[in-house]
Amino acid sequence: MFDWLDQLIALLVYDTIGLSSESRWGHALHFFFYDSIKILLLLFLIIFLMGIVNSYFPIDRIRAFLSRNKLYGAEYLLASTFGAITPFCSCSSVPLFIGFVKGGIPLGVTFAFLITSPLVNEVAIALFIGMFGLKTTLLYVGSGIVLGTLGGYVLGRLKLEPLLSDWTQGVMQQAQEEDAFNEGRRTFTQRLPEITREAFGIVKTVLLYVLIGIGIGAAMHGFIPTGFFEQYISKENPFAVPIAVILGVPMYSNAAGVLPIIQVMVQKGVPLGTAIAFMMAVVGLSLPEGTLLKKVMSWKLIAIFFGTITFLIIVSGYLFNLIL
Amino acid sequence: MKTIKVLGTGCAKCKSTIAAAEEAVRTTGADAQVIKVEDIQEMMKYNILTTPALVLDEVVMIKGRVPSIEEIAAMLR
Repeated sequence: MFDWLDQLIALLVYDTIGLSSESRWGHALHFFFYDSIKILLLLFLIIFLMGIVNSYFPIDRIRAFLSRNKLYGAEYLLASTFGAITPFCSCSSVPLFIGFVKGGIPLGVTFAFLITSPLVNEVAIALFIGMFGLKTTLLYVGSGIVLGTLGGYVLGRLKLEPLLSDWTQGVMQQAQEEDAFNEGRRTFTQRLPEITREAFGIVKTVLLYVLIGIGIGAAMHGFIPTGFFEQYISKENPFAVPIAVILGVPMYSNAAGVLPIIQVMVQKGVPLGTAIAFMMAVVGLSLPEGTLLKKVMSWKLIAIFFGTITFLIIVSGYLFNLIL
Repeated sequence: MKTIKVLGTGCAKCKSTIAAAEEAVRTTGADAQVIKVEDIQEMMKYNILTTPALVLDEVVMIKGRVPSIEEIAAMLR
């Protein structure tokens, strides 16, 4: 798909700048330019497409849908899938949580949405396609959705409502079906400028992280020997996955910064499953989000929430290593 | 006098929304004050799901994104 870009950058780095294609600097520079441009193109494309989907399925309508329909368990899968297609900033997690509870959506279903939302987002998808190809991306998205569904279901069965803060429990008792806020019908051409502006805005905010990530990745690419990590993290080491995940939980970054580094780690010998599990832990669980949630639930519930997700991520890491 | 409330838990996007609102008030010279609402219970009275949100005279105008200065200025006129 990007052969033309590969050749163009080779022309620039090796012929115009004059670095040898055998040299470390030449290698690193080629990697940096090629990856940055490819990723930027993909980022814009995916964010734009997701923007269109979101314009037609705004979060208010998703909530109204989940609050109206009781679907014999399928609501967990739906909430998790909706979480994958709706982007939101982690500082929205509290209003979203309360808003869902207020709409009478069960706690487990709300959790399903909250788990998948940061895990599968448009930035992660674009970077995944660019770095690992379509097949691995689909596997990542699929397992993110399954993880959210299972996590939500398990948390829902645990009857954790008493562990919510008093205020949240009060909101829960007054829950009622919420109607979607009606924006009126607008044509595609009316929506387009807003979607494009949003896409540019998102690309602009993650740009720096992507470039730093690719920069570090490029340096590692040029200077760390192939197979370097294999001596430390191999598929045979049964503790590699849990250690990677537990290290990842307190780290907080977005997919944009972590993925370029993970790509190089995989190239240099870290098993893909272990790397994906690490990334899920970094992106999906963050301590700042945990402290924000303190306003709506007790520490005990936050610990149960984090514990369940950590456990599920570790399991999926092992599964990935088996499949990939 | 008009009242603009910016609802948000203090993240980067909320800060840029406040800055945009203040700038819009300054450029239009409108008689309006910008108030920052960081209390979640207060915020939920407006029935929003995503932050930042911008409320003009108790009506939610924007939610879940950072508006441009021109957009807010147009509301103030």
